Amino acid sequence: MSTFFRWILILAASIAIIFSILWINTQFKQSSKWSSAEIEILKTLWIGNLPAIAEDNSNKLANNLEAAEFGRQLFFDERFSHNKKISCATCHIPDLYFTDGLKTAAGAQAGVHNTPTIVGMAYSPWQFWDGRSDSLWSQALSPLENELEHAATRMQFAHIIYEDKKYRLLYESLFSPLPNLSDKDRFPAIAGPVKNKQWSKTWEKMRKQDREAVTQIFVNLAKALAAYQHRLAPAASRFDRYVEALIQQDEENLILTKQEKAGLKLFIDKAQCINCHNGPLFTNNEFHNTGILSAPRHLPSMGRVIGVRKTLNDEFNCLGRFSDANENQCGDINFAKQGDELIAAHKVPTLRNINLTAPYMHSGQLETLEDVIDHYDQAPLALVGHNEIKPLELSYFEKKQLIKFLHSLSGPLAGDSIWQKNPHVLSNKQMNIAKEISAQ
Amino acid sequence: MRFIIFTLLCIFSVTTQAETKSSKSSDAGHFIVAYESKAKPIKINQMHSWVIAIQDANKKTILDAIVNIAGGMPEHDHGLPTQPLITKNLGEGKYLLEGMKFHMHGYWVVTLSIEAAGKTDQVTFPLNL
Repeated sequence: MSTFFRWILILAASIAIIFSILWINTQFKQSSKWSSAEIEILKTLWIGNLPAIAEDNSNKLANNLEAAEFGRQLFFDERFSHNKKISCATCHIPDLYFTDGLKTAAGAQAGVHNTPTIVGMAYSPWQFWDGRSDSLWSQALSPLENELEHAATRMQFAHIIYEDKKYRLLYESLFSPLPNLSDKDRFPAIAGPVKNKQWSKTWEKMRKQDREAVTQIFVNLAKALAAYQHRLAPAASRFDRYVEALIQQDEENLILTKQEKAGLKLFIDKAQCINCHNGPLFTNNEFHNTGILSAPRHLPSMGRVIGVRKTLNDEFNCLGRFSDANENQCGDINFAKQGDELIAAHKVPTLRNINLTAPYMHSGQLETLEDVIDHYDQAPLALVGHNEIKPLELSYFEKKQLIKFLHSLSGPLAGDSIWQKNPHVLSNKQMNIAKEISAQ
Repeated sequence: MRFIIFTLLCIFSVTTQAETKSSKSSDAGHFIVAYESKAKPIKINQMHSWVIAIQDANKKTILDAIVNIAGGMPEHDHGLPTQPLITKNLGEGKYLLEGMKFHMHGYWVVTLSIEAAGKTDQVTFPLNL
C-alpha cells in the first residue's frame, strides 16, 4: 500500500473516531435546566412527600412501639417453623433490603415467587405480588402456615408463646391473658387448617371455641409482626437530596451526575417509568400486566385477577371479624376492582434500593436491571392477558443512563438501626461480655 | 411522535390541575350531570369521593337515578384501578360516589351511565392529573 493511501486511511479513521466521540457525547448530553413542570413531577417522587406514619385501621397496634419490638422478636425467631430453622428473616434478609437474592423464595421447600422487600410495604393497601391480602397482618399469617415457607401450624405458635415466659409476658401486656393451653387433649402440639392432612384433621377435631381462641392468638402475633414492619421505611437517597436542592433553587448542584440526571429525565419522560413507578416510594401499589414470561416449567401466573378474589373471600381481610376497622374504613376492599383487565397483572414494586433486590419480577425471571430495561424497551406480547406497555425505542446509551439513575435511589432505612438487627444474636460486644462472665 | 404526544400530555397534566368540579349535558341530551370532588385538589393514588348531581333536560332534579361508573386512560388502554360505586342517595338529585382513585398522572376519562325516568344516557368527563 502506498504511503498516500495509508495516510488517507489514517485520516478517515481519525474522522470516524472524532464523529463517534461527538455522537456519544450528544447521547449523554442533557439540558441542565429542568422546566417548572418537570420540577413539579420530581417533587412527587421526593421522599419528603411520604407520610411519616403509615396507617392501618384494621390493626390498632400498627404503630405501637411495644408491639413493634415484640414483632421484631418474632420476625427473627426460627422456632416459628416446622424444623425450627426458618424465620421471616430467612427470606427477608435485612442486608439485602429485606429480600433474599434468589429467583424464588427458599423456605421449607422451593417457592414459586420472588421475595419482595417489606421496606415501605406498610404504605401499600395490598400485599403479595397478586395482592391477595389487604393488610400487613393478614399477609403475615399466610407464610407461617404455608407448606413451602415456614410450614408450621397456628397451634405450634400458640404453644411457643404460652411456654416462653418472655413472650407470654409481652403478649399478655399487649393483648389479653392467654387461655390455659396446657391441656394437650384440647390443645394438641401441632394442629391447623393446613395442607398436611394429619395436622388439619387434628385441627378439625378441636372444639370450635378452642380453634377460635388459637386463631385469635395467631392473628395477634401477625399484628405484632405487622407493627414491626411498620417501622421499616426508606430514608433519603441521593435522588432525594438532589430534589431537595432543586426545591431550594440550587439547580447547579452536583448531587447527581450528568448521566444520572439524563436517566432521571428519561424516567419521567420517554421511558414512561413514572406511569406506574410514581409517588415517593416509586410505586402506585397497583397491578399491571407488563408481558413478563412465566418462570421456566411453570404455568403463567394469573396474578391480580385471582388475587382480588382471594382477598375478597379472606376471613382475615379488613371486613372480617379479626379486623379492628369498621366497614367504612375498608375502602380499598369495598371498591376493589375485578375483571379480565387484571389477568396476569402483578403488583408494581418499589424502586428504592432496587440495586439490592435482584433478581427481578414476580418469579425472578429477569436477572439484572439491564434485563429489566431491555424487557420494557422491547415490550413483548403477553403470553396471557394484555401487555400494557409499548416499545420504547431506547438507545444503548439511554438504557445505561436509566440504570445509572436507578442506582441513585439507594439509601439507608429510616429510624433506629435496631429494627434491622436480629435480637436473638448477640453482638460482638455482648459476646465478649458473655465470655468474660463465663470465664469468671 | 408518540413520545412527543406523551411529553406534551405529561407537561399538560402537571401544569393543569384536574377539575374538581364540572357540569355538562349527557350525550343524547337527556340529563344535565355535575360532579364535585370532595378531595381538592385531586391527587393520584388517593381514594376519594365525588358528589354527583343529576337533572333532566328541563333542569328538574332526578331523585331516583341508577348510575354506573367506568373510566380509564385512553392513551394507555386501561381502566380505573378501583370500582367506584354510588353508595348513598343524598336527596335533591344528589348522589354520593365513593371509591374514586387514579393511579397515574396523565389524561383520564370518567363515564357515568345514567338510567332514570325511562331514559338511558351517558356522560363523559375528562380529567388531567
